[in-house]
Amino acid sequence: MRAAVVGGAGYAGGELLRLLADHPCVEVTQVTSERLSGKRLDSVHPPLRGRTDLRFRPRDRLESADVVFAALEHGESSRQLDLLRATAPVVIDLGADFRLRAAGDYPRWYGWDHPRAEALGSAVYGLAELHRDALRDATLVATGGCLATASILALAPLFTADVVDRSLPLVIEAKTGSSAGGAQSGDATHHPHRSGEMRSYAPAGHRHTAEIMQELGLNGGGPVIAFSATSVEAVRGVLVTAHVFLDRDLEDRDVWHIYRERYAAEPFVRIVKSASGLHRTPNPKLLSGTNYCDIGFERDPHSRRLVVMSALDNLVKGAAGQAVQALNIRCGWDERTGLGFAGLYPL
Amino acid sequence: MCPECDARVSVPDDVERGELVQCPECGVELEVVALEPLRFIVAPPEEEDWGE
Repeated sequence: MRAAVVGGAGYAGGELLRLLADHPCVEVTQVTSERLSGKRLDSVHPPLRGRTDLRFRPRDRLESADVVFAALEHGESSRQLDLLRATAPVVIDLGADFRLRAAGDYPRWYGWDHPRAEALGSAVYGLAELHRDALRDATLVATGGCLATASILALAPLFTADVVDRSLPLVIEAKTGSSAGGAQSGDATHHPHRSGEMRSYAPAGHRHTAEIMQELGLNGGGPVIAFSATSVEAVRGVLVTAHVFLDRDLEDRDVWHIYRERYAAEPFVRIVKSASGLHRTPNPKLLSGTNYCDIGFERDPHSRRLVVMSALDNLVKGAAGQAVQALNIRCGWDERTGLGFAGLYPL
Repeated sequence: MCPECDARVSVPDDVERGELVQCPECGVELEVVALEPLRFIVAPPEEEDWGE
């Protein structure tokens, strides 16, 4: 299968190219970047050294492919939708442009009106654990945001089991590494500012709140999602800590049953709640480069609060790996294809 | 079954009463307290203390 990557100069695009380089069914035949046109891919993506001689090309030199991935700035892939669709019958977008089903959510959460609102209804949210069947014949896939992916996977089983007290807020604190901010530098990424940082960069109003509400089916009612995001001293990784109030008393084994029932057959979701050893709860550091999302939980012995922890690599399960998993499902391949890396330890 | 998380716990054929085994899912240490039928109790967990 011939794949094109539009906007391949950034971190998500680079991660996608790294994963596809080991995919036995995919050959990347073209990668675009307006800024780096003519330069070799490995000049900005060192993992590709010795793996490809491809050079970036401009978008206006795109040729046909079997699948096209878009790894563009938010707001760009919707403007390029005609070009993407003319390039390949399957479009997989790593940006936010097609994640939300309601056009009215874009001015509310992103500050711009959607230029291609008519396409939102046909887009499939790329999270296999929620939309596997719809992905099988999707022509437009929108991979989930990294913080949203970790949050949704952490919480979906509790809503399916209908054990959440919807009258109380559901508080989600998400910590993220610097690569989630993209490859382009800004004032906040200047080393003296970023180094050693633990900064609350979105205490309220984070855009991923919209995805979380949509995918958990909460747009029609409670609980209120109280989402905050903090940047921490790491390059990769997301750790979500969600505080959920249950509507009944549950034992540990009850919660285990809920998560097992939902994720036992999922190849990339693991329940991590160990009573012994150093690694008792999910830790994003151990997931660097992998497509896993690890989920753990702890009951508050003094209340009905359940603390759910969820960890992933923002560039893999939170972006490029999720896209490859969606492609595998779309093509009828084993969805683990090209995603077998299990991580490094120690790291 | 693990009394903590209800995971299936397998033991060697020659397991003895009083032996400690570990749950493959939640990692809890289990003490074998009966053989026929096989029954476990949770052994006291090791605590993590960061001195905070």
